[in-house]
Amino acid sequence: MPEIQPKNLRSRRRTSTTVGFGRLLLRNKLGMVGLGVIAFWTLGSILIGVLSPYGATETGAGPLLDAPSAAHLFGTDNFGRDLMTRVFEGGKLSLWTGLIAVAISLAIGVPLGGIAGYAGGWLGSVIMRVMDVLLAFPSLVLAMAVAAALGPGTSSAMIAVGIVGIPEFARITYGQTVSLKQREWVEAGRALGLPASTILIRHIVPNALAPIVVRSTLGMGYAILTAAALSFIGLGAQPPTAEWGVMISDGRGYIISGEWWLTFFPGLAIATSILGFNLLGDALRDVLDPRLRTTA
Amino acid sequence: MGYVFRRVLAMIPALVGVVICIFLLTRVLPGDPARTLAGEQADAASVEKLRAAMGLDQPLITQFFSYIGDLLQGDLGFAWHTGHAVTEDLASRLPATAELALVAILIALIIALPLGILSAVYRDSWIDHIGRIFSLVGASMPLFWLGLLVIYFFYFILGISPAPIGRLETGVNAPTEVTGLYLLDSLLSGDTVAFTSALNSIIWPAMVLATGSIAMISRMTRSAMLEVLGQDYVRTAKSKGLSPKIVVGKHAFRNASPSVVTVVGLEFGQLLGGAVITETIFSWPGVGSYVTQSIMATDYAPVQAFTLLAAAIFLIVNLIVDVVNAAIDPRVRNA
Repeated sequence: MPEIQPKNLRSRRRTSTTVGFGRLLLRNKLGMVGLGVIAFWTLGSILIGVLSPYGATETGAGPLLDAPSAAHLFGTDNFGRDLMTRVFEGGKLSLWTGLIAVAISLAIGVPLGGIAGYAGGWLGSVIMRVMDVLLAFPSLVLAMAVAAALGPGTSSAMIAVGIVGIPEFARITYGQTVSLKQREWVEAGRALGLPASTILIRHIVPNALAPIVVRSTLGMGYAILTAAALSFIGLGAQPPTAEWGVMISDGRGYIISGEWWLTFFPGLAIATSILGFNLLGDALRDVLDPRLRTTA
Repeated sequence: MGYVFRRVLAMIPALVGVVICIFLLTRVLPGDPARTLAGEQADAASVEKLRAAMGLDQPLITQFFSYIGDLLQGDLGFAWHTGHAVTEDLASRLPATAELALVAILIALIIALPLGILSAVYRDSWIDHIGRIFSLVGASMPLFWLGLLVIYFFYFILGISPAPIGRLETGVNAPTEVTGLYLLDSLLSGDTVAFTSALNSIIWPAMVLATGSIAMISRMTRSAMLEVLGQDYVRTAKSKGLSPKIVVGKHAFRNASPSVVTVVGLEFGQLLGGAVITETIFSWPGVGSYVTQSIMATDYAPVQAFTLLAAAIFLIVNLIVDVVNAAIDPRVRNA
């Protein structure tokens, strides 16, 4: 029971567990590749403002539709904008979109799942039935419906993708809470007279963190992909914003005349960043839940 | 039969939930349908007038019952940008999407099932590694990017795929309509020219649409097979001297198939979302590209109608999945 442990022992144990997980993660080669790819896009998007002589929306930075060259490594688009600057600037927006969307899913899904699992009864049933209804929609379709209702824009895309992720987090937390609330240390907490909110926040949720962390990491990749898809069909970020989905949408018409770089580089950015989060998410799952290693 | 009936009854609350959800999406979220339809430039008086015309000034509950009344009459609203009722537009475009989704799921099954089974049987061999790489890449590949790459390589560079202009190549006439599915209709009318053209036109977008599903289905088949292959009865079957084909096909795969059927059903639902993207890229005249055109024209009634349609199809597919699983596995029927 965590309450009766001396404080320094508890924190020392937590530190050693974290270090242990960290070591296991460092040994996972694919996970490290994933982390490297994420670091590449994160650092690239932060540093591009300093390193590139061009602005992301600066037209005439080079000739129109110029193929990749030493002067413009990713080429230029139909307005003569430097594509490399736009792709890395787009990374900033995509990573933020992913972070905020996952934060929305977490902030709503985890409490809902926790309350449904802990309270049970009619409240639990109502919450989980609402989650089931949200899961009855194909995810991209639901994201489209929410973004269309909010009106096109970057923040609409973030909210839409965030809402789509809520039921998944609620379900995970619900399952964890239902199984954890039977444990002796939760019963002990109840016997000590701790309020339900304290038991849920301080004892159940921290012990249910592993699958939530894994889901959040995988969810980042999914959020980036969905937000880019929304922008591609006109519901997310709007031109001339440097955003990966917008760039692919803008360059779409040029593919049949051979100007491949307009869509290739932003697409590569999306694919590699999703791959990065998927690899890291899988590695975290292996480290945090070794039972899944045999079949996954 | 009793199971099917119980399952159909259980679908009704989910369908009601979906309808409420779509209604609330358009009425409760901070977006303003009247303002969106009127456009950013419209003055406040015109927006108010439009709001009254759309019934948005009524109490929420009145709006809900009027929405339900419209739905029951098959009225899904009016598409301003085409000048037709949404139901009419959807009905004329649905066969194209259905054909694309069916061919995509067929391609996914043809590739994913053998890949998943072989990956499990020959675990950690080269085929397992190929399967793993494919599923990882397939799950990370944005459809809209993959579609454009396919067009670039197979149309622009190699010239082996037709121009991405829809269901038939230029100059080919549509077959006599029976089902609306060109492949089937051209076969029924014996029109080989239309059949070849329809097949050549559908295969590329269908392959693109199938990629994500191949990744998911092959991984699920692999893990379901691995779980079953480790069971005692499989070991017994092997030790009895049964051929590997019978052990894998009859004993193992049959028991792994409920999980596979479930994931195929889920993937079919996801294909509807993917269809919006794929159809847009390949100018496929289905409901997906209709939705994108509606979005571009800031006409959102078709988007809401498509959401309802997609959720309803998803629920029906899940129902079929449960019924198929009950047929395969008596434990499901009697649960």
